[in-house]
Amino acid sequence: MGRYILKRFWYGVVVIFGVTIIVFIVTRLVGDPVQVMLPLEATLEQRAAFEKQLGLDRPIAVQFVDFLGDIARLDFGDSLWQHRPAMEIVVEKLPLTLELAFIGIGLAFLLSIPLGIIAALRPGGLSDRGTVFVSLIGLSVPQFWLGLLLIVVFAVQLRWLPTSGIATPAHIILPAITLALPALARMVMIVRSSMIDELNQQYVKTGYAKGLPFFRVVGLHAMRNAALPVVTLGGWELIRAIAGYSVVVETVFAWPGLGLTAIQAIEREDLILLQAIVFTVAITVVLINILMDVIYTIIDPRLRLT
Amino acid sequence: MGRGTYTKIMLGGHRRERLLALRGLALELWRDKTGFMGVVLTAALVCMALAAPWLAPHDPSAQDLRARLKPPAWTVQGTWNHVLGSDHLGRDVLSRVIYGSRVSLLVGAAVVLLAGTFGVVMGLIAGYRGGRTDNFIMRWIDTQVAFPGLLLALIILAVIGPSMLTVIIVLALNGWMVYGRMTRGAVLAVRQTAYVEAAEIVGCSGRRVIFRHILPNLTSPLLTLGILEFARIVLAEAALSFLGLGIQPPATSWGLDVATGKDYIFRAWWLVTMPGVAISVTVLAVNLVASWMRLISDPQEREKQFARQVAARKRRGRGFPVPQEVTPQ
Repeated sequence: MGRYILKRFWYGVVVIFGVTIIVFIVTRLVGDPVQVMLPLEATLEQRAAFEKQLGLDRPIAVQFVDFLGDIARLDFGDSLWQHRPAMEIVVEKLPLTLELAFIGIGLAFLLSIPLGIIAALRPGGLSDRGTVFVSLIGLSVPQFWLGLLLIVVFAVQLRWLPTSGIATPAHIILPAITLALPALARMVMIVRSSMIDELNQQYVKTGYAKGLPFFRVVGLHAMRNAALPVVTLGGWELIRAIAGYSVVVETVFAWPGLGLTAIQAIEREDLILLQAIVFTVAITVVLINILMDVIYTIIDPRLRLT
Repeated sequence: MGRGTYTKIMLGGHRRERLLALRGLALELWRDKTGFMGVVLTAALVCMALAAPWLAPHDPSAQDLRARLKPPAWTVQGTWNHVLGSDHLGRDVLSRVIYGSRVSLLVGAAVVLLAGTFGVVMGLIAGYRGGRTDNFIMRWIDTQVAFPGLLLALIILAVIGPSMLTVIIVLALNGWMVYGRMTRGAVLAVRQTAYVEAAEIVGCSGRRVIFRHILPNLTSPLLTLGILEFARIVLAEAALSFLGLGIQPPATSWGLDVATGKDYIFRAWWLVTMPGVAISVTVLAVNLVASWMRLISDPQEREKQFARQVAARKRRGRGFPVPQEVTPQ
């Protein structure tokens, strides 16, 4: 097991290296960061000085080694927008994004299991077809639009919940639900299909035949075997929430996490801050991947042997 | 016929046979109500996009400041001049929704074609060559899959600048891996079969083996995957445009219109609602088509469906008819 985790760790390093190469190619070779970050009316001297400040006047190989050093030390320089170290801003914002993602995806995970099981108990029945249809709708509605609809209904019409910001704990409810619903739709489908597979197995019949109660057969035996794909998808949803969907949801609800900051950094053409955000998220994603692998070895004993 | 109907349409065959197969497929589609709805809606959307200049009552970018923020026609203050209302510049919402379908469908089709071609080629190379090439390509795919693409997309869009072309490239770069994995898996599965081996022994070139003997096996799963990906891409384009990183004004896009409507959400609900409904309906229709495709191209599912039909007929007391579909091929 130790070797397995070590291997996954090495794999994470490869992913970070891949991200590094892509970011380096995009920012240094495809685009011109000076042109992006400086205003149009900047003079040639200003451009040259800025280039020197960023170290862009040196050979490309030297720049690459320097870039690797920056990443190893997690030091990307000062944000052009806020004039303070970019990592300082990122450290402030990261917990907010993590909080939103964990609550949202946790909610989806907890709801998907009972809903999926109810649908799987009678495949083709009314509750099954209803669940599948509602899930399909959930998959088809764009997330940003869902968030806006929730604002219109619960914040503007009913005035139950606040629209945006982070002033009170109630402020997390709408963004968390927006983040949860599409993930819930995908997860219900997976819980449903893997439970249908398990409930058709012989051991389920054996369980009923020897007189085990319903909850013991479904909740203990079948659920345990069906859990693996569900946990896999849950981890993947968490990763996608942190590295993707949070950008959209945070923009809709003005939730000041990393996603909203990334959009603001792009608007203010602050590539340094954007780079810091991308690498922080990449490292977070890799760590969550490793954590998921540890969880697998706990729930699936077969993996412990390898 | 059975599964053959589907493959025959994909691959061609004699004209009469093809017509018969098409008829069988249409009948089957009629029986599956949700799939039928999806196909009809998708066809209607494609027609709407193609015939946009004739369907739209106004120029989508024509401003009319005297008719700003008019509500839809069925409300008290609405006018039939702007059936779905007008936005803060007096532009007709209905016309913008109609023209917006062009962008969504175009981006979706372009990305699926681009990513699909690249993915299939990479998957074929990996599966057919094997060894080190395979290892390298699979590692590459794993690395790209492990890291969700949106943040990298953001950095690319920030440096190169958003436009329809960059959106297509970015989404294609982020989406080719699924096709690659599926193609490689299928190639590995058929490589060892007798007919591929026979083709190789007879002396067919590698290219002929791939295109004539291996690729046809892949058409229906790849088609289903492509349709499913199409729905995902439409959502992704809408999200990027909503964030201001996709289609730029003065062009129209549903995501862009939701973003402009967001500022008037308290006064003009229709600005956000209409393009949002358009996106949802499009994605739902394409998803329904995809799930129907998956059902008819999977022999196991077909069997289940057939059994269900027979059971229903028996319950209605019509005995046990043996339709053509079950006669062995």
